[in-house]
Amino acid sequence: MEITVTVNGAPRTADVEPRMLLVHLIRETFGLTGTHIGCDTTSCGACTVLLDGVPVKSCTLFGVQADGRSITTVEGLASGGELHPIQAAFKEHHGLQCGYCTPGMMLVGAALIERNPAPSEEEVRFAISGNICRCTGYMNIVKAIQAAAASKAGAGADEPAA
Amino acid sequence: MLPSRFEYHRAETLDEALSLLATYGEDAKVLAGGQSLIPMMKLRFAYPGHLVDVNRVPGLDGIEERDGALRIGALVRHHALETSELIRSRYPTIAAAAPQIADPLVRNLGTIGGSIAHADPAGDLASVMLALGATVVLRSSGGSRELPLREFLVDTFTTQIRPDEMLTEIVVPAAEPSSGGTYLKQERKVGDWATVGVAVALTLRDGRIARAGIGLTSVGLTNLEATEAEEALAGAEPTDEAFAEAARLAAAAAHPVSDVRGSAEYKRHVVDVYVRRGLARAREMAAA
Repeated sequence: MEITVTVNGAPRTADVEPRMLLVHLIRETFGLTGTHIGCDTTSCGACTVLLDGVPVKSCTLFGVQADGRSITTVEGLASGGELHPIQAAFKEHHGLQCGYCTPGMMLVGAALIERNPAPSEEEVRFAISGNICRCTGYMNIVKAIQAAAASKAGAGADEPAA
Repeated sequence: MLPSRFEYHRAETLDEALSLLATYGEDAKVLAGGQSLIPMMKLRFAYPGHLVDVNRVPGLDGIEERDGALRIGALVRHHALETSELIRSRYPTIAAAAPQIADPLVRNLGTIGGSIAHADPAGDLASVMLALGATVVLRSSGGSRELPLREFLVDTFTTQIRPDEMLTEIVVPAAEPSSGGTYLKQERKVGDWATVGVAVALTLRDGRIARAGIGLTSVGLTNLEATEAEEALAGAEPTDEAFAEAARLAAAAAHPVSDVRGSAEYKRHVVDVYVRRGLARAREMAAA
């Protein structure tokens, strides 16, 4: 089946078997290996991507379901050589240890601060509760997401009024 | 893990979906949120020859009160239930359960119709809907019928649905004044199936219980309605003693099995505690 998916802003076309999972479409067909496969059973969140801006587990969706829709992977966070505020904050606050869960954590964090500009610690922990960090490095992940929210809000405040 | 091969059909309208189900019958499955179906297909517990994707079918994602009932479209995602102002303000049992289903990412895709049609006794929403006395609407090319949820659920993963039918709507009697309710769930971690879940709904009138609903999760072959406990409460004064008796009856109606999440005896005890706790909380809300 031929499908067209907007991946990180650019339309991509592929001819796929219906049973191909979205995560395999992203990694193998589109070559974007920043999306990880962890448990492969809808538990860990390593394969998180944004589907039309909403975080979902790409191991539990068929690629054909993304036809005509928009996907953001970790590769799509930075723009024009500038890190996304969430990436800058993960770097600054050491929000990762082994890095395996990091793409998923950052995408969930990016989606959270999009709709909640100042999440509390509890709100961050609730938002990332479908993503497992097996290094158990949650403290700095939470700190990084809150810092990203603060820096994004700060950057917005500096922008001249329209 | 790869599911076995299937033919994919994307339905653009309800009529198209129903016609596909009529054509492929037993060999077809409806793909909605896919958060239970796809894992089961990956594990090859399910291997339908045809998937009918209904995600783009319009008109199935409403949450509205109409003609004395709350009508929830089958395609309503758990996240939409969780964030609905109508649910939050008038249906506390649903509001309490929604944010406890699976995890936030699964809730972005998983649907209420899928959860109920899947008929996993560890599912949370069927218990809630049993407590609320809900019915389900089943549509086929030939027409539609409405069944009380308690009749719809037959056994684990087994319902009254025919192969050419699709569950399109859940209908809940509209919230009454002086009502309260909650959902208490014990889970080992976010995203695990419930060790035990208890849904409670209570309506008071003139100092007595006009209606009590109790649904139980993960303690039987289906989600269970604790009917004896409900009957004992109906017409009674909402006292701690009445609640303790109802909790005893609900625990007796539960048929948990011992597994990695706890012994049968332990789970029955949790039912007893949660029914008492849930009813007390519901009474507070109803009195407020």
